[in-house]
Amino acid sequence: MGDNDVLRIRREPLFRELVDKRTRFAWALSAAMLVIYFGFILVIAFAPKVLGTPIGGGVMTVGIPVGLFVIVSAFVLTGIYVYRANSEFDPITHQIKERVK
Amino acid sequence: MRALSIALAAAGLFAFAAGTTECWAAGAIDGGGRQALNVPAIVMFLIFVGLTLGITKWAANRTRSAADFYAAGGGITGFQNGLAIAGDYMSAASFLGISGLVFATGFDGLIYSVGWLVGWPIVLFLIAERLRNLGKYTFADVVAFRLEATPTRILAAIGTLSVVAFYLIAQMVGAGKLIELLFGLPYLYAVILVGALMIIYVAFGGMVATTWVQIIKACLLLGGASFMAFMVLASFGFSPEAMFRSAVDIHPKHLAIMEPGGLVSDPISAISLGLALMFGTAGLPHILMRFFTVADAKAARKSVFYATGFIGYFYILTFIIGFGAITLLMNDPSYFKVAASGAYNKVTDLLGGTNMAAIHLANAVGGSLFLGFISAVAFATILAVVAGLTLAGASAVSHDLYASVIAKGKVSEDKEIRLSKFSAVIIGIVAITLGYIFENQNVAFMVGLAFAVAASCNFPVLLMSVFWKGTTSRGALVGGLLGLASAVVMVVLSPAVWVKTFGFKTALFPYDNPALFSMTIAFVGIWLFSKIDASARARVEQDAFEAQYIRSETGIGATGALAH
Repeated sequence: MGDNDVLRIRREPLFRELVDKRTRFAWALSAAMLVIYFGFILVIAFAPKVLGTPIGGGVMTVGIPVGLFVIVSAFVLTGIYVYRANSEFDPITHQIKERVK
Repeated sequence: MRALSIALAAAGLFAFAAGTTECWAAGAIDGGGRQALNVPAIVMFLIFVGLTLGITKWAANRTRSAADFYAAGGGITGFQNGLAIAGDYMSAASFLGISGLVFATGFDGLIYSVGWLVGWPIVLFLIAERLRNLGKYTFADVVAFRLEATPTRILAAIGTLSVVAFYLIAQMVGAGKLIELLFGLPYLYAVILVGALMIIYVAFGGMVATTWVQIIKACLLLGGASFMAFMVLASFGFSPEAMFRSAVDIHPKHLAIMEPGGLVSDPISAISLGLALMFGTAGLPHILMRFFTVADAKAARKSVFYATGFIGYFYILTFIIGFGAITLLMNDPSYFKVAASGAYNKVTDLLGGTNMAAIHLANAVGGSLFLGFISAVAFATILAVVAGLTLAGASAVSHDLYASVIAKGKVSEDKEIRLSKFSAVIIGIVAITLGYIFENQNVAFMVGLAFAVAASCNFPVLLMSVFWKGTTSRGALVGGLLGLASAVVMVVLSPAVWVKTFGFKTALFPYDNPALFSMTIAFVGIWLFSKIDASARARVEQDAFEAQYIRSETGIGATGALAH
C-alpha cells in the first residue's frame, strides 16, 4: 500500500464511518463486559449476602442465576458483536476495498 | 476405592492463580506416592496417542512452508479454530481444579471460573481482527509492524518465553503428579512422556498437528464433561433445585455453599486477579498465535465467538460436576480416607484431594471404564496445552529472535523452520528438566505469574502499538519491560511466594496478584517514554501509524490464506 493509497483511504468517508462506528461499538461492548464482571466481583466483595438470598423459598440463591448470567453474557456480547460485524461492518469494508481498487 | 486406589500427590497440583492460595488449602493433596497401573485408562490413552501420532504424520507431510509450520497455512476454519482455542485454553487445571473448588466451597467455584471466561469478549472486541490483519505468525509481527524490529521483537520474545516458561512449569509439574496419580506411572517417566509427545507433535507436525490435537482434546473433554453433567442432572430428574437441595443437606457447610464464601474478601486483590485473568487472556502468546491459522479477520472473529461459547459451556458443566460430586460422593466412604473410627472429613479426606472430585465422579456415574476415559482425557488435555505453549515458544525463538533480529530477515524459510523445530526440541528438554527440578516445589503461583506477565507486558505493548499513534519503539520497550519486571518482582515479594515458598515471615508486597499495579506501570511507562522520545526514529514510527491503522481496520494488504 503506497502513500497515495493511504491518503485516499484516509479521506474516504466510508472509512471514517466504518472506524467510528466499529470503534465506538467495540469499546461500548468492552465496557459492558467490564461493568458486568467487576460489578459481580464488587457485589461479592461488599454485599455477599445479596447473592446469598434464597429464591422462591428453595435453597437456590440469587447468586446462581447471576453467576450464570455473567457467563452467558460473555457469549451473548460476542454474538452481538459478530452479528453486527458480519451484517454491517463487513459490507462497508468490502465497499472500501472496491473503491480503492 | 476400586479402580482408583489410594493415591496421594503433592500439594499445589493444579493451582493456577496466585490469589487463590487460600482456597487451594482445601485442595491440597497430602503426601506422595502412586497407585497401581490403571489399565482401561492406559488403553484409552494409547488410542489417543496413536491417533494423534497418525495425525502428526499426516500433518508433517503437508507442512512444507513457514506458513504451514507456524499458521497451518491459514487454512483452519473459524469453527475449527474456535474448538482449537478452547482446546488450547481449557487446561486440566480448570477441569479438575474448578470442579474441585466447587466440590469444596460450592458457589465460590463459580466466581472463580467466571474470571477465566470474561477475557474472551475483550480479545474479540479489541484484538482478534486487528491481530489477524496486521500479523503473520506471531503477535510480535503486529508490534513490529511500524516499530523498530530489533527492540520490539526482543521484547515480545522475552514476554512470550516468560509466559511459556511459567505456564509450562505449572503444566509439567501438574502433568507429572496427575499421571502418577491416574496411571500409576512414576513422576519422572510421566514428565518425560509428556515432554517427548509435545516435542513430536510440534517438531514434526507444526501448527497443523497442534491444532488437531487441540480440536480432538476439546471434543473429548466437552463430550466427557457433558456426559457427567447429564448423568448428575438425570439423577435429580433434571431439577437443579433438587440437586442443590441434596447438596446443601449433604455438604458439611450446608447453606453456605449457595453463597459467596471467603474467595473474595479483599476488593483490591479481587480486582487485581480479575484484571490479570481478563487482560492476561488477551496477552497469551499461544492463544494469540491461533488467530493466524484462519483465512481472514472474519474467521478470526468467528473463532472467538465459538471459543467463548465452548469455554463458557464448559465452565457451566464444571459447576454442575462439582455439585454432582458433592451429592454423589460425600456420603460414600469408599471415596474417602476413612479413619479407624469410621469418621472422615467430607471435603479434605477425599482420596487424592479435592482436585480429584471430577475423577471420582466419573467412576460414580460411569463406572471404571468411564473413569479410564476421563483419566485419558485429562492426560490429552495436558498434551494439547503444552503443545500450544511449545509451538509459541519455538516460534518466538525462530521467527522473532533468529529470523528477524539475528539474521535481519535474510534467512531461507527452510532454515527458519529447521531452527523452529530445533527450538521445540530444546524447549521440550528444558520443560522436562524444569518439571523434574520443580517436582517438590510449590508451583501454585506459576500460572498466576504467567497471566500477570501476559497482562502487564504483552497486552499493553500490543494494545498501545495498535491503538495509539504516539507509541514509539522506545516507549514500548521501556514500558513493556517495566510491566514485566514489576509483575515478576511483585509476585516474588507476595505472600504466595515470599512467605509460602521462601518461608519468610511477612510478605514485602501485600497482594498475590500484581496486575492492577504492574499493568498501570506498563501503560504509564509506554505512554511516558513514548512522549519524551524525541528521536527522529520516533517521528517516522508515528507517521507510519496511518498505514498501519488502515490495514488493521480494513485488512487491506493483510496476509491471505495460502492455497494448498
